[in-house]
Amino acid sequence: MKRLLAFIQKEVWHILRDFRTLVVVFGLPVIQVLIFGFAIRNEVENVPVVFCDKSGDAVTQAVISKVLAGGNFVYAGNISREEAAVEVFRRGEAKAAVVFGSDFGKRYHGGESPQVQFLIDASDPNTATTIRNYLTGILKGFLKQKQEEKGLQNPMLMVPEVRMLYNESLSSAKLFVPGILVVILLVVSAMITSLSLTREKEIGTMEVLLASPLRPWTIILGKLAPYLLISFFNACVILALGFVVFNVPVKGSLGLLFAESLLFVLVALALGVFLSTTSRSQQEALMKSLFALLMPSILLSGFLFPIANMPLPLQALSTLMPARWFIVILRAIMLQGTGIEAFWQETLILAAMAVLLVAASIKKFKIRLEE
Amino acid sequence: MADYVIQAESLSKHFGKFKAVDSISFEVKAGEIFGFLGANGAGKTTAMRMLTGLSYPTSGQAKVAGFDVRKHPEDIRRNIGYMSQKFSLYEDLTVRENIRFFGGIYRMSDAAIERKCRELLRGLQLESEAGQLVGSLPLGWKQKLAFSVAVFHDPKIVFLDEPTGGVDPVTRRLFWDMIYQKASGGLTVFVTTHYMDEAEYCDRVSIMVDGRIEALDSPKALKKKYSSQTMDEVFLKLARQ
Amino acid sequence: MGKINVKAEGLEKNYGKVQAVRSVSFEVEEGELFGLIGPDGAGKTSIFRMLASLILPDSGTVRVAGFDPVKQYQDVRRRIGYMPGRFSLYQDLSVEENVQFFASVFGTSLSENYELVADIYRQIEPFRDRKAGALSGGMKQKLALCCALIHKPEVLLLDEPTTGVDPVSRKEFWQMLKRLKTKGISVVVSTPYMDEAGLCDRIALIQKGKILRIDAPERISESFPFGLWLLRAREMFALLTSLRKYPHAQSAYSFGEDIHFVFQKGKENPEALKEYLQGLAFKDLEIREGKPTIEDCFMAMDS
Repeated sequence: MKRLLAFIQKEVWHILRDFRTLVVVFGLPVIQVLIFGFAIRNEVENVPVVFCDKSGDAVTQAVISKVLAGGNFVYAGNISREEAAVEVFRRGEAKAAVVFGSDFGKRYHGGESPQVQFLIDASDPNTATTIRNYLTGILKGFLKQKQEEKGLQNPMLMVPEVRMLYNESLSSAKLFVPGILVVILLVVSAMITSLSLTREKEIGTMEVLLASPLRPWTIILGKLAPYLLISFFNACVILALGFVVFNVPVKGSLGLLFAESLLFVLVALALGVFLSTTSRSQQEALMKSLFALLMPSILLSGFLFPIANMPLPLQALSTLMPARWFIVILRAIMLQGTGIEAFWQETLILAAMAVLLVAASIKKFKIRLEE
Repeated sequence: MADYVIQAESLSKHFGKFKAVDSISFEVKAGEIFGFLGANGAGKTTAMRMLTGLSYPTSGQAKVAGFDVRKHPEDIRRNIGYMSQKFSLYEDLTVRENIRFFGGIYRMSDAAIERKCRELLRGLQLESEAGQLVGSLPLGWKQKLAFSVAVFHDPKIVFLDEPTGGVDPVTRRLFWDMIYQKASGGLTVFVTTHYMDEAEYCDRVSIMVDGRIEALDSPKALKKKYSSQTMDEVFLKLARQ
Repeated sequence: MGKINVKAEGLEKNYGKVQAVRSVSFEVEEGELFGLIGPDGAGKTSIFRMLASLILPDSGTVRVAGFDPVKQYQDVRRRIGYMPGRFSLYQDLSVEENVQFFASVFGTSLSENYELVADIYRQIEPFRDRKAGALSGGMKQKLALCCALIHKPEVLLLDEPTTGVDPVSRKEFWQMLKRLKTKGISVVVSTPYMDEAGLCDRIALIQKGKILRIDAPERISESFPFGLWLLRAREMFALLTSLRKYPHAQSAYSFGEDIHFVFQKGKENPEALKEYLQGLAFKDLEIREGKPTIEDCFMAMDS
């Protein structure tokens, strides 16, 4: 135990001395998140939208002016039939069409659910998702406000029909924002442990550590512990940025969110340790984190491409991605506000991964110099 | 007046407050074997970097092969050869490829490279190994080949940075035979070493201590001045001052 | 005879086709300073790593401090101090932090074994707050030695501790080793500098993975099978060339300000040699008989 503490102490010295790495560890994720933040925010401003108003009454006029009021959308004309939307999209004149049912106003006044359809150009799925969320939000807001004015007790149900053109199966795209946070966190965390271990191999200090009575588990836990703290802090910063920049809410328990993040970060760090046991140089470790972690996590964790649509072998592979499970957890806590009962299985999977990776790293850790 | 190949005057290099090289002045004559000695951290490497145009002096002047180190570092690099223990040749290229590559760097014509390459291989008796990877050669041969490549473009002066570190005693001496041979042909040799017996092989020796040149003369004169039997003693006396 | 602390028997190590170590056997006693003397690539580092349990021999047996580095590596690792050939401390940690860390790794502290490292630590103490990376070469080696000694090892393994270090620091380093053996520690040290061989109790001369000879250094130099002649003149390179051309020359090599010359067996005749050289009009020619050094012996055995 004293040895472990001494090892951790040493790591803390390294970390505090190595200002450049600290900047990379903390700065890089922030910059990446901000870049994504701005890129996405710019796309939902001034989106051209066309209207197909089959009802043509005061209510639809009010909805239209509400849609155009926020600055997110600009008026791009009227179409007479909803089929014309395809043509408008193809010419690039609009990215969305709002189609009102023929008796929108009448139904609205009659207390029935009025019919409305959104047609959205989903060739860029992320923008499409945002557009849909905005449109839905505006319409719901409008109805709610009117109901309150009228003093209605039962909220009027209105489920807008949404059709994504060109890319209809968009079910996972709303995970994009939490997804990118998760992948960045995973790669950065895995990278710091694997680099820190392989650096000892490169500068030759590993040779001295091996010739000493230090046991593999001491070395591995000694590397994990200090970086767990750093990566957890990093996770908090990244999540906070997601909240501030992307307006990703935290509907569920904040404590649970922290606990799950800690677990995920542990998995990521252990993954880094595991990668380093098979790498000789920092360069090799870096390549491995990029190609063995970054790419598969982006492609297979389900935040860009829906897992349900993947061929079976890839679906099986995706179950190995820690990011896949954490994205589910994150979505549940942040967006849906559900508790542990909804994702205890995912939590167990992550915990099992952490235990397995640490055990495998200790087992794979070479007690002699590699030849 | 003697023909100087290196002239340094109050040459200094400071890193912040630290004076790595503190106003050194010396000359090296053409065809001389000049030993550049000093403890680790005494400033040898920094001084050598300035002389080879790789590092810009903080103050002072130096001319190498007739060119100013501040104004014409490219001209200097064209007119010098350089070999260090750490890097000299590409281990994953063959002997011939290494020679062609270094000849090419100095913009020698293909015909000249071809002709000199043959001469070099014959001189080293490496003709049958020309197609072998440098990495597969014994250390002694590598060393000799590295030296030959460093002087392949007929530079006026060659800088050797600890060329014989860790080499076995016989090879070390054969290496010095090569140095002698080239020097007798007019090449100026500027060499650093940790072997004190090698200091005796130099025409003149400078000893750096803490960034300054503390002694500069022929080994014989230095031994007399410090009433020592060997250069080793001279070195110890100087460093303990 | 003291306790045998290191025993290697028939050690072999190959890397692919390269035979790095070939049937190497030697013993080191308690309190003995044993030197592995040989150039780069002689196999010294591989031998050290096998002793330190860091690599496995292809064949042969080793015992270090009474334990087998192959099977009982944990026991070996507790009892050795190891300094690899490359400076292997944490350059971003201060002198004090390095010492403290390595002490805790071995479950000890500086004060516990202070007596052993005192005279080394006192030399680095003025720089205790300096980062190890900012130390001079000699100071780095002293720090590394201090860290390797901190747990009072029975066997100290030092792989080329003086390579690339200036002559002054080298001298000081060897003086420290001399003092250590009085404390009963077995020291195995390697060096490519032949002049350091004389500072060991016994040495093994190694070339190309093989031990050429093991003995006390003075006995090795005494057993030089030839007469050795030292020559000097004003034109040293010309003298060297002429000596090599001399019909009865066995070898002629530069050694500092002299040339060491050996006659072919049974052809020793310094008078004739002097006449030959005088005929070539060398100025300030001197010929005298000299004592062979370890380097002379190494070269004679190697060729």
